[in-house]
Amino acid sequence: MLEQFKKGLHKTREAFKGRLDHLFKKTEITPDFFDELEEVLISADVGVTTSLKLIEELRQRIQEKKIKEGAAAREELKGLLVELLQEGGSSELHFPETPPCVYLILGVNGVGKTTTIAKMAHHYTQKNKKVLLAAGDTFRAAAIDQLSQWSLATGVDLIKHHPGGDPSAVIYDAVNAAVARKSDLLLCDTAGRLHTKSNLLDEIKKMNRTIGKVLPGAPHETLLVLDATTGHNGIAQARIFHEAVPLTGIVLTKLDGTARGGIVIAVKDMTGIPVKLVGTGERKEDLHPFNPLAFADALLT
Amino acid sequence: MIFSGLSEKLQETFDKLKKKGKLTEKDVNAALREVRMALLEADVNYKVVKNLTSSLTERAVGAEVLKSLTPGQQVIKIVHEELVKLMGESQSKLAQPENPPQAVMLVGLQGSGKTTTAAKLALHLKKKAHRPLLVAADIYRPAAVDQLHVLGKDTEVPVFSKGKEAPRTIVAEAFQQARSGGHDYLVIDTAGRLHINEELMRELEELKQDFRPLEILLVVDAMTGQDAVNVAKSFHEQLGLTGVILTKLDGDTRGGAALSVRAVSDCPIKFAGTGEKLDAFEPFYPDRMASRILGMGDMLTLIEKAQGVMDEEKSRELEKKMRSQSLTFEDFLDQLQQVKQMGPLENLVEMIPGLNKASKGLGSLSLDEKQLARVEAIIKSMTREERQRPEVLNSSRRQRIARGSGTSVQDVNRIIKQFEQMKKLMKQVGSLEKGKGKKKKGLFPF
Repeated sequence: MLEQFKKGLHKTREAFKGRLDHLFKKTEITPDFFDELEEVLISADVGVTTSLKLIEELRQRIQEKKIKEGAAAREELKGLLVELLQEGGSSELHFPETPPCVYLILGVNGVGKTTTIAKMAHHYTQKNKKVLLAAGDTFRAAAIDQLSQWSLATGVDLIKHHPGGDPSAVIYDAVNAAVARKSDLLLCDTAGRLHTKSNLLDEIKKMNRTIGKVLPGAPHETLLVLDATTGHNGIAQARIFHEAVPLTGIVLTKLDGTARGGIVIAVKDMTGIPVKLVGTGERKEDLHPFNPLAFADALLT
Repeated sequence: MIFSGLSEKLQETFDKLKKKGKLTEKDVNAALREVRMALLEADVNYKVVKNLTSSLTERAVGAEVLKSLTPGQQVIKIVHEELVKLMGESQSKLAQPENPPQAVMLVGLQGSGKTTTAAKLALHLKKKAHRPLLVAADIYRPAAVDQLHVLGKDTEVPVFSKGKEAPRTIVAEAFQQARSGGHDYLVIDTAGRLHINEELMRELEELKQDFRPLEILLVVDAMTGQDAVNVAKSFHEQLGLTGVILTKLDGDTRGGAALSVRAVSDCPIKFAGTGEKLDAFEPFYPDRMASRILGMGDMLTLIEKAQGVMDEEKSRELEKKMRSQSLTFEDFLDQLQQVKQMGPLENLVEMIPGLNKASKGLGSLSLDEKQLARVEAIIKSMTREERQRPEVLNSSRRQRIARGSGTSVQDVNRIIKQFEQMKKLMKQVGSLEKGKGKKKKGLFPF
């Protein structure tokens, strides 16, 4: 798994190879070192508040442990990042003992929700799970077509209504279908929505309630999809969606570009929501469990 | 973490300092640190901020701040000016085709909003009496072509597509159709791609060589963080961009990416996408963006919107009616529709400095579009006589109106009561302001 994850990050690493060598090869830790480190973290979208907090902690540890070299400081910072990312529980996806398992997938426009769902469908079909999709994005032009084409390509059944329909009605049918067809996993797609639109947040709450009514205890995961290129707004997204429906995890997409996705560190720091999956490309295999160590390592490379 | 207006923060800093007497250079530097943090929190690129702060320091340390009674405001003013300067002082327009048809090519990362933007741009051109043709050249994303067709139908702009043929073939044939169909602009929707994907970037270079587009516009998500510089730089180096379109500005992002993109590519930002509706597309105004990045709201856009929909003459007439207490439900409905024309209420609220954050705390209070719709339904269920002479509304009429509008008698009663209250209020305001010659634009008490 780690290998695959690293492969996904390969391009990113290539583009930045040796970018931070000069920093971590230092044999002396001066005030400049911390300034440069601040640049590293903020440039990776770790966010101002969290970056400053991390640097402060690092400063203390360096003093306590009498660290003298850049390389050792890097290891220490990496440790801090991993600690923060792992704090409070595992990043494994939750499966209930009795199927069907229901996942609700949310996010703002254009982060890659539908693609993520297609990838998840592929992954679990490979594992001989019976997967069902729900086309809950009834708003965006051709979103249902997009999921239909994916469902054909992956050979997974799809529950859909007409464009413009009530997404909760689709979800209702889909959960019932998942029970009736004895599916293992139901993946619910939703329309992209900005967290600032209260009516669309209400719609999400309704979908969430609908799922719980048909199948008590569900959804078993409510995942927010975040684009790795997102800046500070990612924090607002996580916060406000989390207030509307309790989020259980983040899917970080588009990590195959030059963006480092550091905003998930700020999100974890401020909301406690862990990253569970990462998307690293356009192929249906390009979805991996999140590995905090590999992520922290890549961030500091 | 939540940033509550840089200007307040700065004024606070200075107020504290002032108590010890004279301001020094060191104090100004402390203020600039606040500015720096604010810019970074707005997602302006780190290096861009660095460069900016050094030029700011030069200006701010000058006497104008030190002597000022409101040093906070002075710093803000300087920062604002520098941001505007950096983003290009004036509004930049789309090039006109000298030799039509000519192409406008939209490029960008996946999910930045190219397809929606293509349709919005085409609609914008159509409204300006151009004859655009949309070209579906995204052959990779499933259903992208279908999406453009649906949007073309909504905007009533023709769409050229040719399945999953090579983009070069598609564009070549689109040009033929544009010539024979008398189109002047081709708006080409290309597939989203990573700036480091050599193969796909080559595809765009080839399109550029073959068809020499009038404009190559980079579509950038306003929520983009630090990576905006890498993306813009790469696309610009490989394709020679002519401009940028910023999308998803209807959210609460401060949009520092605008500054980063402009700084590394030196390309003007030409348009901004401000909502899911296809007419939510505006020219880009650097001064407004500067205010937004600094967390100062966007009063200018709001004022302009209000001016755009409020009919001067009608307002004056309304004013007269209010004073004379002859306001009717028809005027009420009129006003309601004008407010609605300004766009979703929540968008309006977001533009008001300070109110943005506050309104979130207030929850859905008074911002419910549905409630507006309900009020409209109630008034529309009244007869003409009832609207003009609300005093005739007895209980059986009220019951009928409730049935007709799908509401309850209580709802109807509430609206009538609000209306009466407003009338009274307006009378008071009217008599207070009489003689000042100040125009009153009556907004509703909900």
